[in-house]
Amino acid sequence: MKSLVILPIIIPLVTASLTLLFRRFQRMQKGLGLAGSIALFAASLVLAMNVYEKGIIVHHVGNWPAPYGIPLVADALASIMIILTGLIGVSVATFSLKDIRSGEFQFGFMPLFHMLLMGVCGAFLTGDLFNLYVWFEVLLIASFVLMTLGGRRPQIEGSLKYVTINLLASMFLLCGVGILYGKVGTLNLADLSHKLSISPHSQLVTSSAMLLLVAFSIKSAAFPFFFWLPDSYHTPAFSVSALFAGLLTKVGVYAMIRTFILIYRDDISLLIILVIAGLTMVIGVFGAVIQKEIRRLLSFHIISQIGYSLMGLGIASRLSLTAAIFFTFHVAVAKAALFLVAATIGHEKGSTALEKVGGLYQTHPWLSLFFVLPALSLAGLPPLSGFAAKLALIQAGLKGHHSLIVFIALFVSILTLYSMAKIWTMAFWGPEQNVQITRSEKVRPQKSVQLFDGLSISFWIPLVLLTAVTLGIGIFAEPLLQFCQQAADTLLQPAIYNQAVLTEAR
Amino acid sequence: MESLLAIVIGGLFTAGFYSMLRRSMVKLVIGLMLLSHATNLLIFTAPGLTRGKPPLMKEEEIASGLSYADPLTQAHTLAVIVISFGIIAFTMVLLLRAYRTCKTSDTDKMKGTAL
Repeated sequence: MKSLVILPIIIPLVTASLTLLFRRFQRMQKGLGLAGSIALFAASLVLAMNVYEKGIIVHHVGNWPAPYGIPLVADALASIMIILTGLIGVSVATFSLKDIRSGEFQFGFMPLFHMLLMGVCGAFLTGDLFNLYVWFEVLLIASFVLMTLGGRRPQIEGSLKYVTINLLASMFLLCGVGILYGKVGTLNLADLSHKLSISPHSQLVTSSAMLLLVAFSIKSAAFPFFFWLPDSYHTPAFSVSALFAGLLTKVGVYAMIRTFILIYRDDISLLIILVIAGLTMVIGVFGAVIQKEIRRLLSFHIISQIGYSLMGLGIASRLSLTAAIFFTFHVAVAKAALFLVAATIGHEKGSTALEKVGGLYQTHPWLSLFFVLPALSLAGLPPLSGFAAKLALIQAGLKGHHSLIVFIALFVSILTLYSMAKIWTMAFWGPEQNVQITRSEKVRPQKSVQLFDGLSISFWIPLVLLTAVTLGIGIFAEPLLQFCQQAADTLLQPAIYNQAVLTEAR
Repeated sequence: MESLLAIVIGGLFTAGFYSMLRRSMVKLVIGLMLLSHATNLLIFTAPGLTRGKPPLMKEEEIASGLSYADPLTQAHTLAVIVISFGIIAFTMVLLLRAYRTCKTSDTDKMKGTAL
């Protein structure tokens, strides 16, 4: 049973190695990559089911007892995030089959893709702060290469910013980790939480907390450190930006929830997070409102939505943490769906600039439906998942007497709706534009099954899957909410986590 | 020894950030290198230095109360050196690629991300 925990890391690793071997045989690479992502999704569901029933599962790598070895810990929070990784992995892998150019497959798209998934899963599962840094580097280096894959000028320039800022963030993280180790003498999350709870925080511990806050804020694109994201996320291949939009910033949010609730838990840093949350929401949505390119607009929305997750973290009550985790799940799904719709528009019209596309409602009525559902979900209209998530957040805010942040959250929701309506009126309702589609931008006609609107089936499967999930967890929110509540309970009672990790007999 | 190293680390951070703020891409990479050295030294120094003691010992030696250097710090530093080596190698290639694509190494002139 315990080896289950290691599956979300092993499966992408094996898939990446196999697809690397068959790099030159594209069909083989695609088939293996798809199979690997399906296997990861299945494994994530099995893992979550086990965690839901039996509580935390711990695996001590190499049988080194904690706190000396590195444990892999699957608690409810980690397994929710792993499901998310599996879901987005499977969607983007399916979408990429027809989206990624053949030259980019030749260059090793699938191996890199699975390396990225491995890094993300590792970051979610690890129970050691230094190991978290290592997983961050694994996913970063894979994401660097994915971003530059293709080598067009905007990509190179975008990734120069992306690489520089993210390396800087890693250094901040490392400094924080180093100082913390110097002060406390351990980096095992459970051991840290235990040792810091019995001794008062010294100054150096607080400074390490701030270094980690800066590092994770850069990774999750929170308020003062968000500028790299809208400058780079719209440049890579469509599938890649959907993957990044769905997963990467969420790893930062996860790390922040993990460290600031489990380890530090002091009121001042939670207050700072709450202030950052409010500013992130507002600045992100203001940036989105003026954008005229779909992927850039959505990129600013990523930032704005990160604010909501951080709001839940900043309030730090049982309800608010439940809401924050639920929200993170919802927004990743909705956002990936929206990026995939943008990708489809890009393929059909040869551009994702709002002025150049139009009349999609007439030519692609089904695609319009699959845009509207995640878009309204993002804005928070019932019965979609955004409604349940935002309702829980607002309730938590009102219960904790944080009325200002509640007001900001509601105000930002309206602006979110406005900018979604802007895409709708310009791209779908607007007059049809006659744009010349250049050969390189249009997908080459291939033998493939075509469904509604003449789109390939590998475009439809992920869109339908993600939209179904956002509808499903909106209407039947209870099971996921309960699981999120279990995650929040584990976070708020670190004794459970600590006991599971530290006293686990081998 | 720690205070001397602290000054060195501070100097490296200063130099690193200064050269990152320059406009040249080459200086950007040099800045990143300096920063990664500074970080390495910081995580090496932060737990305190132990002079002339081995990090690995036999069990009876530990039982007899001999002191030892913290092996974990050394392991961390080693891991970080390897990782930053890989990253810097990637950044160098990216730099070359960026220079060939954009025909400039002036970061102020790289404003082509708008589509």
